Amino acid sequence: MFPYLALSAVLFSIGLFGVLTRRNVIGILMSLELMFNAANINFVAFNRFVATDGLVGQMFAIFIVVVAAAEAVVGLSIVLLIYRNWRGIGTDNIHVMKW
Amino acid sequence: MTEYSFLIALLPLLAFVMIVFFLRWKEQLSAAFSIMSILASWVMSVVVLIETIARHGVAYEAYYKFLDLAGFVPEIGILIDPLAAVMLVVVATIGAAVEIYSVGYMHGDPLFSRFFAYLSLFLFSMLGLVLANNFFMIFIFWELVGLTSYLLIGFWFEKKSAADACKKAFLTTRAGDLGFLVGLFMIAVYAGTFNYGGVFEQVAAGAIPAGILTAIAIFVFCGAVGKSAQFPLHVWLPDAMEGPTPVSALIHAATMVAAGVYLVARSMPLFVGSAEASMVVAVIGLITSFMAASIALVQNDIKRVLAYSTISQLGYMIMALGLYGYDYTQGHHSAGYLAGTMHLMTHAFFKGLLFLAAGSVIHAVHTNNIQEMGGLWSKMKLTAPAFIIASLSISGIFPLSGFWSKDEIIAATLNHPVFMVFTLAIAFMTAFYMFRLCFLTFFGKPRDQQCYDHAHESPRNMTYPLVFLAFMSIFAGWVGMPWLPDYLHLGSFMYHGQAYHAHPHYALMIISTIMAVSGIWLAYLFYYKKSISADRVAEKLKPLYTLLYNKYYIDEIYQAVIIDPVMAIARFMWKFDAGIIDGLVNGTAWLTVLWSDAKQWFDKWIVDGAVNATGWIVRQGANVLRFVQTGRVQGYAAFILMMVVLVVLCKLELSQQDPGWPRLAALFAAGIGVLMLLSRLSAARQRATGNIKQEE
Amino acid sequence: MEVPEAGVVFWILSVVIIVSGMLVVSLKNIFHCALALVVCLFAVAGIYLLLEAEFLAAAQVLIYVGAVAILIIFAVMLTTDLASGKITQTNENATIAFVACVMFAAVAMFLIKKTRVWDISPFGLSFDNVSAIGKYLMTEFMLPFEVVSVLLLAALIGAVVLARKERS
Repeated sequence: MFPYLALSAVLFSIGLFGVLTRRNVIGILMSLELMFNAANINFVAFNRFVATDGLVGQMFAIFIVVVAAAEAVVGLSIVLLIYRNWRGIGTDNIHVMKW
Repeated sequence: MTEYSFLIALLPLLAFVMIVFFLRWKEQLSAAFSIMSILASWVMSVVVLIETIARHGVAYEAYYKFLDLAGFVPEIGILIDPLAAVMLVVVATIGAAVEIYSVGYMHGDPLFSRFFAYLSLFLFSMLGLVLANNFFMIFIFWELVGLTSYLLIGFWFEKKSAADACKKAFLTTRAGDLGFLVGLFMIAVYAGTFNYGGVFEQVAAGAIPAGILTAIAIFVFCGAVGKSAQFPLHVWLPDAMEGPTPVSALIHAATMVAAGVYLVARSMPLFVGSAEASMVVAVIGLITSFMAASIALVQNDIKRVLAYSTISQLGYMIMALGLYGYDYTQGHHSAGYLAGTMHLMTHAFFKGLLFLAAGSVIHAVHTNNIQEMGGLWSKMKLTAPAFIIASLSISGIFPLSGFWSKDEIIAATLNHPVFMVFTLAIAFMTAFYMFRLCFLTFFGKPRDQQCYDHAHESPRNMTYPLVFLAFMSIFAGWVGMPWLPDYLHLGSFMYHGQAYHAHPHYALMIISTIMAVSGIWLAYLFYYKKSISADRVAEKLKPLYTLLYNKYYIDEIYQAVIIDPVMAIARFMWKFDAGIIDGLVNGTAWLTVLWSDAKQWFDKWIVDGAVNATGWIVRQGANVLRFVQTGRVQGYAAFILMMVVLVVLCKLELSQQDPGWPRLAALFAAGIGVLMLLSRLSAARQRATGNIKQEE
Repeated sequence: MEVPEAGVVFWILSVVIIVSGMLVVSLKNIFHCALALVVCLFAVAGIYLLLEAEFLAAAQVLIYVGAVAILIIFAVMLTTDLASGKITQTNENATIAFVACVMFAAVAMFLIKKTRVWDISPFGLSFDNVSAIGKYLMTEFMLPFEVVSVLLLAALIGAVVLARKERS
């Protein structure tokens, strides 16, 4: 199981890096999808190797997928709104709440 | 009428109240009221005298005890015995004469009503003094008399000399009153009562030890020394001439100064119990009399001469009474009591007349200085003869009143040769200075032509009292003639112990007449015929003349020995108070100001400083940390991630068996370091991109 | 560590995942990033297959790749920033974020190592996937199922509302 968990951790880190550093908002969303997937891998791995007499892990993973989809939808419509208002989606310009 | 004799004193008081409250601006009414009251009192006092004679001199006493504490039983009451009855008539007579005279003398003075108010108040006080039946009451009226005399002497108080004179009079008599008060205290302690009768009973019973009795007598005599202007408290009387002449006549010739003699006469039972006290009294009387007569020889102010004459005559009376007391202790019943009291009566008349006549002269020539007068006989047809009559009376010329009373006084000195010699010398001097006054004022060529030209006789309301008093000066003393049968002679009416039967002393009469006539003749030579030059004699005896003229320098001695040190002490006390006590007060104020300054500094720098410092610290911290808030969510997320990692590491460290604190501390410091680093980096970045909002 | 042999497939798939993941987070062109994401998602589906989660793998492909990724591409196309092809896609936090993520990964690894849950089942899952999932959806996970339906509805409506053309 260890490799799967290691993979999950690494993928999560990569997604995290993307969230923290991407200039493009859509890029942030995509990195977010990576993180979701890493978590999914984790759940499924545990389900396969540790709790084998049930499919709770997989159920969880399914729901994560669904919710991630919904969240992507809403997020992207927000991105559209940002694009409309700021004529650009660079995170550099979206810092209204600074001191 | 005797039961209502207290009205004699109350009527003038009523006049005073009426004038003060209602009649201030109605001058004629004020005078009328005042004169009415004193005339009514005069009538009543005459009736009382007649009643007393009818009673054969038995005393009438009525009193009301208004307080009864142990040893202190003050009462108000009246005692009508021959001495009081005669004194009442004397005071009322002189009072009435002076009031009528004042209508003319004070005419035109802006304070006319006030004068009569004061006169009425004085008469109330004097009559109350005479009526009193106990020492406490007489002391109260004694003080009242002193007060009214102050008011009257200082009547023209805008003049500095008058203001000074009334103060001097009051304070000097006050000094005597202090002794009187001590005597009063001793009476209260040793006799338990103030009532005359009660005290004298105890003295007669021997309840008071001899030494104490002497002390009491001398202390009581102190009051008389002050009030009757005896040596050494005589200094106020000459200065009191600053008052209007009616005042001088009333107070300083006839009544107030007689109060001292009255007191000694009243307290005779005290003095007859102590030979030492009586001798003290007699000696002081003699010294006073001689000294005053010698000073009167050289004075140039008409009223001054009369003032010193008053002092001298009072000395006669006091001396006579003192000798009587001394003789009584030796078992003789001498003429002293009769002499003193009779001379009191006759002196009131002729001295009152002398003063009123002098006032008339001053009113005419507007000067007091006899060296500026002269030849007024032809101008003042009533005043001049009156004055001469009074002078003859005082010199003791047969058959005027003064002859009889002075004769009794010389008779009182029969057992004391030294006293007799001095008394005769004083009689000689009296005659001399009185006729010096007469010759210089009324005869000879006028020395100041202007004064002479303006001189005129005084109005009727001033001259009629003179006539009346001249009449009394001639005849009033006839009740003392030694050939009279007992029921007519004064000695069987007014006496102490037992009635006094007078014997004519022909030798004494002749000697006293020689003395008087030679005095008059010497004055005639000096000042009328001018055969002896007064100035040459004065030159020859320059030192003596200077000494006499300057009143033996007694005033100057008092000034140097008593007044200046007291003033110096007062000044020192004032400096002490202003410097030290006020200094202390100011010092505390200064300390308070200092303290509040310190507190203000403290408040400003330390308290406010602490508050400001807190703000400053927060500001500085904020200055560093504000760059952290970039508004970029990604930055925040990155920071959170770092912190989460560190927290996890910390938790790992803590979950171990033995937490390594240095590592924890390092982790914590790393966290802070990350924060600082973040803020520095973002600050640098923002400065670079020009994105910094300047700090306000 | 007794582990059923992951095999070569696993390693290939994991390399693909990691590489494409790195491409997602670092490529300049968003479109290329989206494509890299698609590749990554496919590879993840492959992992699911390895882990005997067939339905999940299918669902992953259908939903993630077929809908979400397409949606993302749509969004990319709708919001093309003409200049975005020229500038770096990583912002100024790069260094710190990198350090932080590395540390995070290290800590995670460490924690994984420390966790002693090595209850490795030598045999596979005891269920037939699809029917079991269907059964679960209708019994134990009924509530989540319904809630998720509502959630999707809300997301749908929300997206429509948010992305509507502006009036006035």
